Amino acid sequence: MAIRGEYLGMTLTVDDLDIENLEYFRHCAEHDFHLQACAQCGRLRYPPTTACPWCAALESTWRSVEGKGTVHSYSEVHHAIQPAFRGHTPYLILLVDLDTQKGEPTPDEALRVIGNLCTPDGKLAPADQVRRVGIGTRVRMVFSDVAAGLALPQWTIDATTPQPANVWRYPQE
Amino acid sequence: MPLPRQEVDATTPKYLRDKYAIVGVGETTYTRGSGRTTRALGSWAVRNAMLDAGLKPSDIDGMLSYQGGDSTSGTFISGDLGMRLNFYMDVFGGGSSTEALVGIAIGLIEAGCCKVVAIFRSMNGYSQVRIGGTGARSAAPVTGDMLHNRAYGWQSAGQNFAPTFMRHMYDYGTKPEQVAAVKVAHSHHASNNPKAYYKKRFTIEDVLNSRIICKPLHLLDCCVETDNATAIIVTSAERARDCKHPLVLIRGVVGRCNKPRLDMHYQHGPISTVAGYYARQILWPNAGVGPEDIDITGSYDAFTFTTMLQLEDYGFCKKGEGGEYVSTGAIQLGGRRPNNTSGGHLCEGYTHGMNMVIENTRQLRHDADDSCPIGADGKRQHTYDYREGGCRQVKNVEVSANLGWANPSTASSMVMRRG
Repeated sequence: MAIRGEYLGMTLTVDDLDIENLEYFRHCAEHDFHLQACAQCGRLRYPPTTACPWCAALESTWRSVEGKGTVHSYSEVHHAIQPAFRGHTPYLILLVDLDTQKGEPTPDEALRVIGNLCTPDGKLAPADQVRRVGIGTRVRMVFSDVAAGLALPQWTIDATTPQPANVWRYPQE
Repeated sequence: MPLPRQEVDATTPKYLRDKYAIVGVGETTYTRGSGRTTRALGSWAVRNAMLDAGLKPSDIDGMLSYQGGDSTSGTFISGDLGMRLNFYMDVFGGGSSTEALVGIAIGLIEAGCCKVVAIFRSMNGYSQVRIGGTGARSAAPVTGDMLHNRAYGWQSAGQNFAPTFMRHMYDYGTKPEQVAAVKVAHSHHASNNPKAYYKKRFTIEDVLNSRIICKPLHLLDCCVETDNATAIIVTSAERARDCKHPLVLIRGVVGRCNKPRLDMHYQHGPISTVAGYYARQILWPNAGVGPEDIDITGSYDAFTFTTMLQLEDYGFCKKGEGGEYVSTGAIQLGGRRPNNTSGGHLCEGYTHGMNMVIENTRQLRHDADDSCPIGADGKRQHTYDYREGGCRQVKNVEVSANLGWANPSTASSMVMRRG
């Protein structure tokens, strides 16, 4: 069944034909991150797709994946394009390498999961936290709840693990 | 023309080298607020290209265009100009479409579908569908694959490409002031282009002091949004000899060549490498030349960074040295290999890639439409004095490369030479 919800004043919908996304966001709504594992080659993939990008098999199973990783790259948005984000600048868009399957099947590949920097309760992080994060920051997944069957996976600074001595940030603050 | 480099020949048919030509180029003025429909703008640009080639409506029997639901169709333009077409198609696409459609036009003529193909892009990129994504599009409901980007405030081209730009700085130590040099160069070129929307010359400090849009992009790292239509006409070299201008021959084309995992989610690294890395493996062998043979480049400068990344991955410098290449004078008029001599998307106007092909065509004709005086032969008498308001013709230019970009994962490109 189609899902519709409001998030930051934006309307988010998952169409009832969009079987892969319905399943993906259903697990997120349970705060239990899942990705598809290919039934043929076993590899995990992100974002949800109908076929496996490595072996083209159509069959897959949903597998629980640990939401921990390292910031691979990012952008810090100061001029929001979407009205929904205008009250939230600066905000961070994080491209995060999951620890799971990192460097497979080739050293340059990873499950890179997008998300905003959030506080542990899934709200967009305030400016003082935004300024602490860069390439190399260790993050863990949290969720922004939107509607029944729909939550967005997000990232927060992982306080349970040591952070690197230096993270790389754009030189101009 | 330098000698072909046989050692890099590929298996694609070499007999197509120099067999096709660009015979006509045309555009509207670049404005913000055209006050005209895309149908009107398109008719204007195609007509200008037709007249530029010295052709009549009955000479053109093929038409291709590209758009993203923001423009008119070839059926209207051809009808309005009294053409009867043997082939037409409007494709979905923005950046990287121009070179790709030149490849399709060559294929159509080879296949005997038609003989002379007009390619156009018509857009009110400022007054109707904002290319930066503001306006109606920014408030539209978020569904499907957009749930994995727009729901995170990750929508505009700058926001989408930023992970590649930032990672290049991290991987190679590229500095903001190096990349800013692209805007400086293109703004100097635009100051010598009477058509350019922005003719003001900028400095590195101007770029770095302009406000941050989304890191690493300052306002002046981003291109202008404009209203305009542009058009080019492709036909065989044989027919081209009957047209008005010196021959501009197509040496080789790459159309919409992708990185592995074509998605905007950066699953396949290194993400600081762009699709030009793959495209160059087709472009240079097919054209029979290498980067060292190229006199001028036309890069897709949606952002300063896209120019640097393309020039680097097509091999104009070593991988990782793009920042140095664009900031040491090579890409400026008077430098070793000027880039975007019209000012490009950063300054002249935004047309999803076609204005850089138009500019290089004029450069190869040795007839860039600058402010130099027109001589008795009706052509500009170029001074090669590149001071503000002066000449922008590159001296003795023989071979050009155009580098199209849709996103970090998609590249198109084309080598042309003076016939």
